This record gives sequence, C-alpha cells and structure tokens, in this order.
Amino acid sequence: MSLLSDIGRFMLMLKGMFKRPEKASMYWKELMRQCMEIGFGSLGIVAIISVFIGAVSTIQTAYQLVSPLVPLTTIAQIVRDTVILEFAPTLVCIVLAGVAGSRIASELGNMRVSEQIDALEIMGVNTKTYLILPKIAAAMLMIPLLVIIAMALGIWGGRLAGTAAGIISPTIFDKGLADDFLPYNVFFALTKGYVFSFIISSVPAFYGYYVRGGALEIGRASTKAVVVSCILILFADYILSALLL
Amino acid sequence: MIEVKNIQKKFGDKVVIENVSAQMKPGQCNLIIGASGSGKTVLMKCMVGLLTPDQGEICYQGENFFSMRQEQHTAIRKEIGMLFQGSALFDSLSVEQNIMFPLDMFTKDTSAQKLKRVNEVLERVSLKDVNHKFPAELSGGMKKRVALARAVVLNPKYLFCDEPNSGLDPQTSLVIDKLIKDLTVEFNITTVVNTHDMNSVMETGDYILYMYQGKKEWEGTRQDIIFSNNKLLNDFIFASEFLKDAKDMRMLEQTGKMPNFRNMDDMIKP
Repeated sequence: MSLLSDIGRFMLMLKGMFKRPEKASMYWKELMRQCMEIGFGSLGIVAIISVFIGAVSTIQTAYQLVSPLVPLTTIAQIVRDTVILEFAPTLVCIVLAGVAGSRIASELGNMRVSEQIDALEIMGVNTKTYLILPKIAAAMLMIPLLVIIAMALGIWGGRLAGTAAGIISPTIFDKGLADDFLPYNVFFALTKGYVFSFIISSVPAFYGYYVRGGALEIGRASTKAVVVSCILILFADYILSALLL
Repeated sequence: MIEVKNIQKKFGDKVVIENVSAQMKPGQCNLIIGASGSGKTVLMKCMVGLLTPDQGEICYQGENFFSMRQEQHTAIRKEIGMLFQGSALFDSLSVEQNIMFPLDMFTKDTSAQKLKRVNEVLERVSLKDVNHKFPAELSGGMKKRVALARAVVLNPKYLFCDEPNSGLDPQTSLVIDKLIKDLTVEFNITTVVNTHDMNSVMETGDYILYMYQGKKEWEGTRQDIIFSNNKLLNDFIFASEFLKDAKDMRMLEQTGKMPNFRNMDDMIKP
C-alpha cells in the first residue's frame, strides 16, 4: 500500500513539474547551476573510477586468457565491450547515485525541513518546477556526457595498464579496439545513461522533497534514495539488456 | 483585510482546528496566541495556503483563497510576505541574493534598481555591511531581520510572522516586534503574528485571537486582556506571579487608581 502510494506521489510530483516557469531566466540560471554541480562536480570521481576499472579489466582478462590460441587483440575487444556495455553506464551511474543522488536528496530535504520550500511556495514559486525540473534536466544533460567520458577513460586506463604490465602492446591493443566494433553498443550505453540519469535525479528528488521531520530524517531519506536508485538502476539495466540486446 | 470563516482542519481523526473565525484588518498587528499544540501554526498555514482546510473559507479582500483560479493564487501570493520561525533563508545565497530573490523572480527591474531596493529594505531593518554575508555567518536576530527584509521587499499587503521571537533574547525580541509594528503601520499591511511571547502580546497586539485546543477561546485587544475574566486566557498569559502582579498594576494604572510609573521621568522633571 505504501509502495503504491509512493508511486502515486512520485507520478504527481513529475506531473507538477511541468508548469509554466515564473521567469525563464531564473530557471535557466538554476539549470546551469545544477549542470555544474552534477556534471563537473562528479567529473573527478567518474574519471578515477573509469581509469581503474579499465585497468583492472585488462589485467583480469589477460589473467583468464591463458590459451596461446586466443589472440591478444581479444583482451582489447573484451575490455572495450565490457567498458562500453556495462562499466561506463552502469557502474558510473551507481556511483553517481551515491554522489549526485545523495546530494539532491539532502539539499531538498534540508530545504524542506528548514521551511525554505514553504518560503518559495508562499512567494508564489512553483517549487516542483523550480527545484526538481532543473535537477532532472541537468542530470539528463550531463550524465550521458559523463558516460561517454567514462567509456574513453576506461578504455584508455585498460590500454595504459596493459602496456605498463607488459601484457599487451599499445599497437595490438589499438588493433583489438577496432576489430568487430559495433557502434550500436555505444547507442545502447547512452540509452542506459539517459534512463539511469532520470532515476538518479528523480528518485532522490522525490525522497528529499517529501521528507518530514529533522536532520535524522534527512539522513534516512538520503540513504533510502541512494539504495532505491541503485536497485532501480540494476533492474532497469536488466530490462534494457533484455529488450535492446 | 483577511477573513477567516469557520475553518476546520483534521489530521486523520484528530481535529486540530475547529470552527475558527476571525477578521484581521490592515494596519494592525493581528496576533494568534495559544499554547503549543493549540493549532495556531496550522491555522496560519491554512491562511497562507500551505494547508487546505477541510471546511471553511479564508478570504482575501472578500474572495475565498481556496476557490480562486491558479492565476489569482499566484497574484495573491505575490502580495504575501512571510517571516518563518527559523527564518528560512536560502543557505546557498548571500544576504543580498536572498533579499533580491523575489525581485529577480517577479519583477523586470534592472540590476541597479533591484540593488537599490535591497539596500533600502536592509537599511529599514537596521542592517549594514551584511550584503555579501551568508546566512550561516549571521546571528539569530540578524537572520530574522534579513528574513523580514525579504518578506517586505515586494511591498506586500499581507505579512505573516510565525513566532518571530523564538530563540531571541528579550532585547532583540523587542527590536523585531518594533520593526514588525512599524512596518505594519507605515505600509498599512495586514500583519498576522503567531506568538508565545507575552511582551509581543502586550506591546503589539491590536487584535488578539487566543486559541485553546483548536478552538477560538477569546478575542480582543491588548487593553481587553487586562480586564478579561477568561480563566484559560489569564492562566496562559499571566502564568507567573510576576506577570500576575504586572497585570494588576496595569489594571490599576488604566483605571486611574495608581499613577503610571513608566511616565515617572516626565513627572520628576523640573
């Protein structure tokens, strides 16, 4: 019953976002602020994770490919496809659910508890449109870009680790990258990026916006937002893979 | 003028406000008083539209707020300023940006015009050199004054103050009370104040609505309170021996049975 009620409130929240803005320039300013926070604010962690995941993928793939019959270019192909199909969109978005999602939930939760949302309502500002829509729009603009960056850095990290460990030369790695490359995989990864970015922004916004109580509840809402976002990302990952691959 | 007509509000089965009616006039400080849990905050939230009453009407200039169209809501809301108990300043914005926010959102003024207006209201609430400070850097009293400046920056017709003195020392409380009173008279604002503070009641209460367990128990002016025989009201307002003595003295003063000692300075002047 509570789940159905939450889904209903979530839908109403989404519906409430699509109202005419009081002043477009203020909304644009807020969108840019959110793009900076969600996009550039998460760039560092995304870069670090991507490079290391790519590096680990190369070393572990090489460790498992013991047969001399399997060409070394296969390592690059496996790293490429794993990073593009799974690591860049899914793993990065799970990390972003923690970084950006908890920030969104706690920011809105704090605004709710300290009556800042009420203050905006009384001024005549549509708080769902002003506070939630720019966050979702910014996430859907920036997170797919972060996914593309993660793909590039992940593959680069794999190449670097392969060369540094003497597993595979850069030339062979580059050859492997080009072999049997399917551009559709990138499209699939970006589709996942868009779906996940909606989850990462809207679910924490929901938990933050409707928080009740004090500081303790903000913490709880933030944790719940991250947990639910992660579960939904994994669920959506499965559905999208089953549908699109 | 704001008219509250037979408002009733329930949360689940619990009736929080029962059949409350009142008239709040412009140029007056209209106070809602009562113990914690008496329903005064819920009543104020119904008045500003943050909560929808189950029954009754809240009329602004004769028109029921809850049967207005969306555009009328927006228009009325632009005429409402509110000072929250915790000030509700936007943490990420400086004092200047906080006060400028309603101007940015609802006016087409130039940056220079907006800055001029911000400085005017800051001066009006006696704050200087705080434009670039953030709420976290301000004292409780300063936060209240900034919030008051933000509430009046669009020249509202209606000003709502939810426990404006909570957490403030008595001297700062008096400053805030005086500011609210002065702004009310100066701009002919219909001010509604939700308070526990007896100083506020006796200094600023032009109209006082006393709520007890969700019902209107008493209404009148601050002069009426002195002579009221309502036991619940007297127990609430004059809770200590000191306040009871103060009430007796004020009663004797007003009936002329005792000189007004607060004017002693005038009396002993050569």
